[in-house]
Amino acid sequence: MRHFGTLLRHEIRILCYSPATYIAAFLFLLVMGSMFQWVIETYNQSVQETIPWVIFFQLFWLPVFFMVPLLTMKSFSEEKRLGTLENLMTTPAGTAEIVLAKFFSAYFLYVGLWSITIGFNFILFHYAGDARVIEAGPLLGGFAFAALSGLLFIATGIFASTVTRSQLVAGILSFSLLFGMIIGSRYLSELKQLEDGYSASLRNWIDALQIFEHAEDLSRGILDSRAVFFYLFSTILMLTFSTLVVRSKIWRG
Amino acid sequence: MATRTEPSILVNNLVKKYAGITAVNEVSFKVAKGEIIGFLGPNGAGKSTTMRILTGFIPATSGWASVCGIDVARYPERIKRHVGYMPENNPLPEDMRVIEYLKLRGRLKEIPRRRLRSRLDEVLEVCDLKRAQRRIIGTLSKGYRQRVGIADSILAEPEVIIMDEPTIGLDPHQIVMIRDLIASLRGKMSILISSHILPEIEMTCDRVVIINGGRIVAANTPENLRREFIPEKTYIVEVKGPPHGISTALERAGLDLSVDLLPSGNDNGFITARLSTESEEELGEKITDALLAGRRFRLRSLKRIESTLEEVFMAATKRSWDVIMPDPKPKSNRGNNGGAARRESSVEAD
Repeated sequence: MRHFGTLLRHEIRILCYSPATYIAAFLFLLVMGSMFQWVIETYNQSVQETIPWVIFFQLFWLPVFFMVPLLTMKSFSEEKRLGTLENLMTTPAGTAEIVLAKFFSAYFLYVGLWSITIGFNFILFHYAGDARVIEAGPLLGGFAFAALSGLLFIATGIFASTVTRSQLVAGILSFSLLFGMIIGSRYLSELKQLEDGYSASLRNWIDALQIFEHAEDLSRGILDSRAVFFYLFSTILMLTFSTLVVRSKIWRG
Repeated sequence: MATRTEPSILVNNLVKKYAGITAVNEVSFKVAKGEIIGFLGPNGAGKSTTMRILTGFIPATSGWASVCGIDVARYPERIKRHVGYMPENNPLPEDMRVIEYLKLRGRLKEIPRRRLRSRLDEVLEVCDLKRAQRRIIGTLSKGYRQRVGIADSILAEPEVIIMDEPTIGLDPHQIVMIRDLIASLRGKMSILISSHILPEIEMTCDRVVIINGGRIVAANTPENLRREFIPEKTYIVEVKGPPHGISTALERAGLDLSVDLLPSGNDNGFITARLSTESEEELGEKITDALLAGRRFRLRSLKRIESTLEEVFMAATKRSWDVIMPDPKPKSNRGNNGGAARRESSVEAD
């Protein structure tokens, strides 16, 4: 991992120079700001059972669907299209180092954008003038969910970028995988066919892998070790696949 | 690491197959330390594939190759520390400055930080990039981009440099500059360079390896290749005298030369003739004596015409194609191509 630091700095620099990064950041803050405003307006109209941040983090999927593809679609597909991957792969830097550098640069940006939304609290506090609107537990839990699930989402985007030379195809593939992962798992858990017999145990597994459930639990301050294990394991798996795809594509020429 | 006597590059029966197509077929050659080798071949001949295998970028299907005494297949990561590689089309990031890019490459190639700054100054100077070092790569001309690629390949002072078409798309001034740059590395680094610009190869390289259809069809010094593929010697003479008397004069002197009269217009009665022979002997003096012997001719000039590497290349690749794809209608007179199959299978570059 001797070259990781050099590659990471280079990748962060590339992201900072890429227009897609700024489009993603602008759209993200626009969507999150609008959502936060909508949540506050809802609370203003009637009494709610949960605090605003729980609702806010339940809508995590909305920015994920466009932000993750925009941040990751360029990473490998563009290098392949230009041929610069060959230049990179003929230096002493290893494939895993290259994949990890691309992953962490996109991940830091993703987490950085989420962390900007902490500012919404200060805006709310400024207008409400009441410290009770800011509860540290749910807030920390919500951001912990964003950081934890972001590992898997970004790794999925990186994987999508390794399999094609086209940024557009990588973006669409990334969106489709994330859609299947987030919405598909919810749809599966609601299937009546999985209610009894052997399929009931399968359903338990699917429920445990429900990303919506994780978002709700964490933003209520409940930390489930199964969820942590799920995100870490699946991230490692996705990055391993990405490394293997990069190597195998080269091997096949 | 390579010892003094060990070749920098050693390739033995290398084979690479892609989806059933054999891109490289039992290629064998070696490059001595400090030697510059030209790698010639038509498009799709297998040059780039061989070069990519040697950089550790792709593995061979079978065969064996070593760079600086290190087995390429077993230690591809180690190989990368000994090879400076400039790929075909020289892909570069469009949005980086020249100096930023070279700095990044220097770090990835593990040049110590203390050495990096002075080394960058050196390569910028050598490649004449000082004035362009702050420019964005995407805005550079083709010539400057090639220089950036060459600067990158020599940056870490590797023992072996592999360049795939470094002079493609350059103007004559830039070609001369890059030729001089490569020549200045002679003796310091071993260089394997592929190119379509054959005069450049001839002027720069110690030896030439010609590859066609994935096989090596010729390998030698340009001079020896000429002797092997175009054995006839050609002389051009300008004489004043009876045109048909030239053959007679030469025959009288016992010289076996075929004579072709070339159109020369009204040139004060001087005629131009091409004299060809397959004899290996240098006949310039004898031709002069033969033509001046009877005082029938006034000789204005006599020069020997060297066959170009282009002609050698054409002859070598044509011969190999004749073997790979034999003519369905056999011709009675195959000329130089007779026995090509025998030669084809036995060519191995030393």
